[in-house]
Amino acid sequence: MTEDQLVVAGRKIGSRLIMGTGGAGNLEILERALVASGTALTTVAMRRIDATTGTGVLDLLRHLGIEVLPNTAGCRSAAEAVLTARLAREALETDLVKLEVVADERTLLPDPIELLDAAEQLVDDGFTVLPYTNDDPVLARRLESVGCAAVMPLGSPIGTGLGIRNPHNIAMIVEQAGVPVVLDAGIGTASEAAQAMELGCDAVLLATAVTRAGDPERMAHAMRLAVEAGRAAHGAGRIPRRYWAQASSPDLDPSS
Amino acid sequence: MKVWINGDAHELADGAGVVAALDAIGAPRQGVAVAVDAEVVPRAEWDATALTDGARVEVLTAVQGG
Repeated sequence: MTEDQLVVAGRKIGSRLIMGTGGAGNLEILERALVASGTALTTVAMRRIDATTGTGVLDLLRHLGIEVLPNTAGCRSAAEAVLTARLAREALETDLVKLEVVADERTLLPDPIELLDAAEQLVDDGFTVLPYTNDDPVLARRLESVGCAAVMPLGSPIGTGLGIRNPHNIAMIVEQAGVPVVLDAGIGTASEAAQAMELGCDAVLLATAVTRAGDPERMAHAMRLAVEAGRAAHGAGRIPRRYWAQASSPDLDPSS
Repeated sequence: MKVWINGDAHELADGAGVVAALDAIGAPRQGVAVAVDAEVVPRAEWDATALTDGARVEVLTAVQGG
C-alpha cells in the first residue's frame, strides 16, 4: 500500500486519531490511554498555573513524543480566543492551535461569528489554525477561505457521545473541502469513529469517549482500530446499496 | 508595590519584573506564558519588562482539557 499519512499545513501527523486530554482521572490513566491510541497529536487547554500540578500534562506529552495541540477551550469571544492562542504559542512554542469559541455552557456549540473573526486574526498572525466548527458546510467553507489549515466539524455537542447526528452535512463538508476535515466532538464509541472515516474525514479528534470510558486504555485501542478500519474502508470503496438480495454463491448445479 | 498574580495579591519590590512574579508563585520558567494587563509578554522581553503597581499578571500553562 502507498503511504497514507495525514498532512496538515505541510506537516505529517503520524496518526489519524487526534486525542484530547480532558476527563482522565489522573496522568497515569491518561498515559496508558494515549499510548494505546497510537496518537501523534494531542490537545491541551491553557489555564492559570497551579503549584500542585505544575506542567505535568506537558511533561507527559513530551515524554511520549506526542506533538502538543493547544486549544482555546472556555473562550467565548474572538478577543479571548486570540489572547489564549498567543499565550499558548509562547508557553508551548508551537504555532498550531485548535480554535474553540463556544456560545454557551449548555450546548458548548461554536459561536460562528466569533469563530470566523478569531480564525482570520490568528491566520494573519501566523498561526496554523484548526477550528472546531459546527457541522455547517457554509461555515466550513468560510473558515477555509480565511486560511484555516483544517476544518473540524462536530458530530454532536462536546461530551454527549451522541455520534454523528448529521452525516450528510459531514459528507458535504468533506466533498468541498480543500483542507483536511477532522471530525471533532460527539463520538461515543468505536463504530462512530469508523463512520466518520467512512464519510471521508481525514482524522477524528476525541477525548471523552476514551477518558470517561469504563476502561480508557481499552477504548483508546478500539478507537485506533476503528479509525484505521474506517479509513481503509473509505479508500476501498463500499458496494452500492441494493433493494433485493444478490446471491454471493453460484447457483446450484441444475443436474444434481 | 502590590500586583495581582493569577488573581491573588502579592507584594513585590518596586520595579520588580516578570521573573519576580513567576518566583512569587513558584512557577517554572519553561512551559508557561505570561500576560500583563491582558497583553502577552514574550519570553524574550521578560527581563526588560517592569511591573507597575496594580498590574494584573496572568501565568498560564497547559492543563488537561479539550
